[in-house]
Amino acid sequence: MSADPSIPPAALSGEVRLPEKLAEVEPVRSVRTPIRLEYDFIPGSASSGYLNAFADRKILGQRSPVDGAVFVPPRGVDPRHGAATPDYVELPDTGHVGGFCVTRLPIPGRDDLEIPYVSAWIHLDGADIGFLGLVGGIDTSEVRMGMRVRAVWKPDDQLGRTAENILHWEPTGEPDIPVTAAGTNAWHAKQAAESGEQD
Amino acid sequence: MAERLRADLVLEYPFTRTTGPVIGAFLTGLREGIVLGIRRPDGTVLCPPTEYDPETSAPLTELVEVGPGGELVSWTWVDPPRSQSPWDQPHGLGMVRLDGADTPMVHGLLVDSPDELSVGMRVTARWRSEREGHIADLEGFVPEGAGQ
Repeated sequence: MSADPSIPPAALSGEVRLPEKLAEVEPVRSVRTPIRLEYDFIPGSASSGYLNAFADRKILGQRSPVDGAVFVPPRGVDPRHGAATPDYVELPDTGHVGGFCVTRLPIPGRDDLEIPYVSAWIHLDGADIGFLGLVGGIDTSEVRMGMRVRAVWKPDDQLGRTAENILHWEPTGEPDIPVTAAGTNAWHAKQAAESGEQD
Repeated sequence: MAERLRADLVLEYPFTRTTGPVIGAFLTGLREGIVLGIRRPDGTVLCPPTEYDPETSAPLTELVEVGPGGELVSWTWVDPPRSQSPWDQPHGLGMVRLDGADTPMVHGLLVDSPDELSVGMRVTARWRSEREGHIADLEGFVPEGAGQ
């Protein structure tokens, strides 16, 4: 038997029949089903190195032994090749916006975020992937791919071993990176340039 | 060697789901202090009710009252309950086949000790006084005659 897609499913078209005593009451139409997962998060060695460095106002990545790609945050491995990445690289706190999202609705549990706000993939100078950050110090309508940014840190006496040390990323005022070389395009643009040099 | 780092990480999703006509009716019943099952074409009754017949997939529409008494089909003991459990005391979890139903439903068994539980025993529903249309409106089951 083949189903005719123009015929809606029959299931919800029929009226349900209720016992007499429920005939006059207001029916329930929705139900709250909150889900909550509580983790005790303990970082591994690569993440620990990354977080500890934050206390000294440093951002650490790790370099792939295969092709030199730099990952931040470091995870101890180049996931493309399954290769361990034991070598840390210190990265500057400047880069560009690779991609971004303007959020205009509040998130339950994040009362600290004033809407609208911009979350972005920040591609640090010298890194080959982006990591997430908030963009501030600029109207949300002015944020663009390729915009140059620098970190705005908490005061030194408030630094901890956490990525929360970076309050947000603000524009440096430098010229934008071309979109064709920004964000996820950056690695490919770099590869193309290097192979061009070899030719 | 730096000291080991740790942090609390909480993921929370405040879902509200729409219920549809059958689950909505089941929850309406709970709010009103009765348990509903749903009748299949062969006359047997599923409780909790489903929107579709599990064998033929035909839509089911005839909701019928079952319980409040029933038979304990199987059970286990929970001690201690986990932090987000609806119950804060050690309790049973049981499959209860309510009178008028042909399938059992799972819920808490509110007794002080596993010694009070046995397969085949009679149990009956204990309701919360304030109900909102949620499975927790039914506080659990207690031995029949134990006082509700």
